[in-house]
Amino acid sequence: MLETQKIPYALGIDVGSTTVKTVLLTEMGEVLSSSYERHFSKVRETVCTKLASLAQEYPDVQLRVSITGSAGLGLAQAAGLPFVQEVHAAFLAVKRRYPEADVVIELGGEDAKIIFLTGGVEQRMNGSCAGGTGAFIDQMATLLDVSVDQLDKMAQAAEKVYPIASRCGVFAKSDIQPLLNQGARREDIAASIFQAVVDQTVSGLAQGRRIAGNVLFLGGPLSFLQGLRNAFTRTLELDEEHALFPEDGRTFVAYGSAVSASSLTDTYTLTELEELLRNAKTQTALVADKPLFSYPEEYQRFQERHAAHDVARGDYRTYAGKAYLGIDAGSTTTKIVLLSEDHKLLYEFYASNKGQPLDCIQRELSALYADLSPDCQICGSAVTGYGEDLIRAGLGVDFGIVETVAHFKAASFFCPEVDFIIDIGGQDIKCFQIKNHSIDSIMLNEACSSGCGSFIQAFAVALGYDIAEFSKLGLFAEHPVDLGSRCTVFMNSSVKQAQKDGATVEDISAGLSGSIVKNAIYKVIRARNPEELGQHIVVQGGTFLNDAVLRCFEREIGHDVIRPAISGLMGAFGAALYAQEKSTGTSTLLNPQQLQEFSYTAKAATCKGCTAHCALSVIRFNNGGRFISGNRCEKGAGKKESEQLPNLFEWKYRKILSLEQENQPAEPKATVGLPLALHYYDQMPLWHTFFTELGFAVKFSEESTRGTYYKGQSTIPSDTVCYPAKLTHGHIESLLEKGVDFIFYPCMSYNIDEGDSDNHFNCPVVAYYPELLMANCEKLNHNNFLYPFLDLNRRGHVVKTLSTIFSRYATKKQVETALEHGFAALEQYRKDITAEGEEIVRQAREAGRQIIVLAGRPYHIDPEINHGIHKLIGSLGLAVITEDSVAHLAQTPELQALNQWTYHSRMYRAAKYVTTQPDMQLVQLVSFGCGIDAITTDEVRRILETGGKLYTQLKIDEISNLGAIKIRLRSLIAAMEQTQGQKQTEPETA
Amino acid sequence: MAYAKFTPEMKKTYTILAPNMLPIHFHLLIRILEQFGYHVVLLESTSRTVVEEGLKNVHNDTCYPALLVVGQFMEALKSGKYDVDHTALLITQTGGGCRASNYIHLLRKCMAEQFPQVPVLSLNFAGLEKDCSLELTPALCLKMVYAVLYADLLMTLYNQCRPYELNEGESQQVLDAWQEKLPKLFESNKFLSAEKIYTQILKDFAAIPRSKKPKIRVGIIGEIYVKYSPLANNHLEDFLISEGCEPVVPTLLEFILYCAANSETNSHLYDYKNFKTLAFGLGYKFLHSKQVQMIKAIQKQGEFTPPHDFEDLRRAADKYISQGVSMGEGWMITAEMAVLAETGTENIICTQPFGCLPNHIVAKGMARTIKNAYPNANIVAIDYDPGATRVNQENRIKLMLANTKMEQENQV
Repeated sequence: MLETQKIPYALGIDVGSTTVKTVLLTEMGEVLSSSYERHFSKVRETVCTKLASLAQEYPDVQLRVSITGSAGLGLAQAAGLPFVQEVHAAFLAVKRRYPEADVVIELGGEDAKIIFLTGGVEQRMNGSCAGGTGAFIDQMATLLDVSVDQLDKMAQAAEKVYPIASRCGVFAKSDIQPLLNQGARREDIAASIFQAVVDQTVSGLAQGRRIAGNVLFLGGPLSFLQGLRNAFTRTLELDEEHALFPEDGRTFVAYGSAVSASSLTDTYTLTELEELLRNAKTQTALVADKPLFSYPEEYQRFQERHAAHDVARGDYRTYAGKAYLGIDAGSTTTKIVLLSEDHKLLYEFYASNKGQPLDCIQRELSALYADLSPDCQICGSAVTGYGEDLIRAGLGVDFGIVETVAHFKAASFFCPEVDFIIDIGGQDIKCFQIKNHSIDSIMLNEACSSGCGSFIQAFAVALGYDIAEFSKLGLFAEHPVDLGSRCTVFMNSSVKQAQKDGATVEDISAGLSGSIVKNAIYKVIRARNPEELGQHIVVQGGTFLNDAVLRCFEREIGHDVIRPAISGLMGAFGAALYAQEKSTGTSTLLNPQQLQEFSYTAKAATCKGCTAHCALSVIRFNNGGRFISGNRCEKGAGKKESEQLPNLFEWKYRKILSLEQENQPAEPKATVGLPLALHYYDQMPLWHTFFTELGFAVKFSEESTRGTYYKGQSTIPSDTVCYPAKLTHGHIESLLEKGVDFIFYPCMSYNIDEGDSDNHFNCPVVAYYPELLMANCEKLNHNNFLYPFLDLNRRGHVVKTLSTIFSRYATKKQVETALEHGFAALEQYRKDITAEGEEIVRQAREAGRQIIVLAGRPYHIDPEINHGIHKLIGSLGLAVITEDSVAHLAQTPELQALNQWTYHSRMYRAAKYVTTQPDMQLVQLVSFGCGIDAITTDEVRRILETGGKLYTQLKIDEISNLGAIKIRLRSLIAAMEQTQGQKQTEPETA
Repeated sequence: MAYAKFTPEMKKTYTILAPNMLPIHFHLLIRILEQFGYHVVLLESTSRTVVEEGLKNVHNDTCYPALLVVGQFMEALKSGKYDVDHTALLITQTGGGCRASNYIHLLRKCMAEQFPQVPVLSLNFAGLEKDCSLELTPALCLKMVYAVLYADLLMTLYNQCRPYELNEGESQQVLDAWQEKLPKLFESNKFLSAEKIYTQILKDFAAIPRSKKPKIRVGIIGEIYVKYSPLANNHLEDFLISEGCEPVVPTLLEFILYCAANSETNSHLYDYKNFKTLAFGLGYKFLHSKQVQMIKAIQKQGEFTPPHDFEDLRRAADKYISQGVSMGEGWMITAEMAVLAETGTENIICTQPFGCLPNHIVAKGMARTIKNAYPNANIVAIDYDPGATRVNQENRIKLMLANTKMEQENQV
């Protein structure tokens, strides 16, 4: 063979984040063999095994080689073999095989790439925050508890598509979960998941550049998921001729790598190659930790210590006496316990609810009833968790209890002096600090870091293990690898890097446990040092059943903690204890007969009560009852508007909107468009008055909806900027649609100086967004978009600048007068806000209601930005006022930050004021991605906590997890009531 | 908030710790501070503990530079290497509308909790923190300006020699020799003979035998700390050199000129004048004349590419963005992209901390406009933060380079 082979063969090896692909080409460039297999993080072994088997088949072949792929770089470097960047490899393959292609879309395990070939070659990859695509689909399949293939089949039977955020798996989950809970068809959800991937690729990656012509689709997911293919071709409106799906889409990049190899010089035999790779020394840039346990006895002692925290057991089939039922209807799992009078655990149940909590509990209760001892009497029942209201309404459960309180009850049972509880579940992390036997502060994970338990599980599955087996592997890992402590998407890359550096599966398993712990302690709890947490810590939640996580946690905080043996059941256990406490002796829980007959129907509906258009789910029980969920305010639940409490958020929003109709000139000189975005939510009265006085007709952009966002999505250049800024793009489109003569949107480094602060800047995004709009919205030009730089504190300059711009329409004097009136209108608006605020406070005090200062930025009054949180607060029986209605009532307290932004400065003063009012609490709204709030949140928290108040922060983005927000608010209310109660019983001298 | 202050007496007995943002510059600067009686130590640690201390001590959504700087200080104070009762920290402050102005407060907050006796000194030209800042005498200021100029020249030449040197390590030797020689010149008035010193430096670097084969020039721009600090950018310059590229890094003087020019811009935009705008105006003229002097010296020697004239940057900015955009590195980033693309450095890496607010506007926000104007420009924005991995960052850079190599091949 050697004699006949004049030109060497070419081998391409593509090592991706999850798979290894090889393609061997003959000297003529024909494919001799190709392969595709998962490497389960054993990168080098998989490649070597593959080479060894090829070597048997082609023992004497001389070949050139090139390695590509995200995990291939380290391998190539270590072995001294050529490497080609994967997008470039794809490019070479396309040029060879599909010279007619105009655009290439490649989705991989974690990368999404686009190559534009005609009209200027351009290659793009997803940014570091834009969650992977293959990984994203895997994650979603796990959430639906189906395989990826099943997901694909389901998608093909879909009837409708829901909007789902695909930027990051975490966000998507929050969109999907409510849909599941509302009984949306799983087929439709499957299709929606694929559609989300398409939307992300089209808008996120292409960023305004059109995908048209012959489009070539590559990569694993696109070669085996028909549903995904359909979604792409449908969205891009491609016919069969223009949508190219190569047979070998999965190995296409390896093919390109082989093409690249054929232009190189060095040749090898397969055996030589295999040896080179096997013996290559990978540099270890790994940061490794000490092993979790050095020897088996150490682990044994650890196990024994924790085994001590258990409850006594009994048997529900033989028990005689009173019993209490506790149900924890979590977002993804359902937990049920039955307790005896003396707290023996008679029955326990823990399982995934597969998105159908009601069915799951009905089924499980029936099973319980079937074997329940006839002498056992259920004398009380309580339910907690996301599904609380639904389960209570449907199954006649006696009591509902806030999740946090349930956990506290359970923890106190195991450790009466508990001062800190941390619960890491499948989807969320909850921590609460206990002071004076009541919950003092609550910390929940933000939208971004909800990695938690399901995240280890997803990794385990991806690496080919089941979760229990996978976490055990980590216990005796020799070098647990440091993977950082960020969100899942980043974690994926860290794992990729660790794999590249030669970390073993054991090391990765131990490292992931460490990441979860660090994420919880430093990102969610924000502890500076572990001592802050407390002395008596109870850990719970399913994730802590994992010994590796528990060990990492104890090590990180430096002392032992208590993990109850029923760590996963604590919510239900607490609910059962609560049921016992409150029991009247009998229970309204459906009896076996009623349960047998129980059934329900779920119907999706859209609430038309207001512009929030809440997606409602209407559940009708066969006994005539009805339950509505998904509503933010009481209107959706069928109550009348008059029952709604006055709400300053709502008032401000209506006030701004109503301006548009006022003072419109009969014969306008021209029409000016003002976007309902960012600082306009604060300054609209000024500019509206200014323009109408000068004789312009004023048009506002449309009220924000998700649709507004989609309208401008393709012109957003930075996917990590805050949602309020992103919405601005849609508002510009909206104004252009309305046909205004020009849009006026000034740049403002400085806001208005309201005194009592070090400086009065706007944040960089608010200050300069018009510059960005001008540069990215193609339809804007210097005639239809006016964005002068203004400093409103220097009136002379403002008059001069504006009178130059509008010299065609008005004299300098007119401009000056109009501006004066504008400022007067703004001042009046401010007065109106404070007056309305005072009125709301007065009414609330009269009615004995607690008051929440919902503090954020002026633009947080936009319902698309605040997701109706203010209504949710109202529905819980609290009055809502804004930070700018009380800021003037207090002096800025001493700060540990530079107080240099006007909007933030208001929050500091508002927080200070709240500390002087016994019936007020402050809730801070923070937009995801707001860098400045990294500073203000710490300060507002400090001001409030120093003043003896609770700090509650709600992070909001494109989507929002209202379920989690509700729990937080209810916990806040529970704590407020408790403090109120204590105050009333305490003598005044305290 | 009560915090420890730095009193004049402390000068004698205290060790001042400073972050090493820009190795060449900061090494020279501390030698000068020493001549004024300050004992300054640059923190060089790049261990993982730095990041961990940062994560523990500042809000994790705070920008990466703050996290690293605070982390590095905390690591040093806890290392036992320094007597914490006789140690102070030095940090720079610009006083703009960006989060960065808050670094000193973040640091003081940490100190108040853990090392209340350690004073934090501010180095700024905006008159902030008057009670605890480095005393900027005219003599010190003048020397610092010259130090920046010489360090800028060293950095520029070093970057232009090292990728091409035939004998590995020679550029480093020349650099090291000058790093030793320069502080001595500052002991007398010799440092003022800029032209003479420039000529000598240029001569020494020109003497290094270099390959003539052109390499891909890659511009590194972005947020100032991430752009310069190897700790923050995962040794980006070294990586580019290992990939066969020549890194093109803007000088520090550019940033100083940017700060000085903004005062004038604002006075023009918002129609006002005061003592500060006047002073900054004069300062700008002086600094700019110094920049021009250096550029001329490089041009005269003829073998190296000088830094861009700052006035060119301002003109370039005017085409794409208002100079009123002055938070963070503001319009300068846009202008640098444009000027680099215009002068043939078509590959541009824009480094930024993850979630950097000004860079949403001036970097990512302007990339499209710049690309439209210079279709051959390859601009890649790379985010840096504790969770972003090197493999991800390097992969994106490699993609950009692959693009360029292909374009070059197509042209051949």
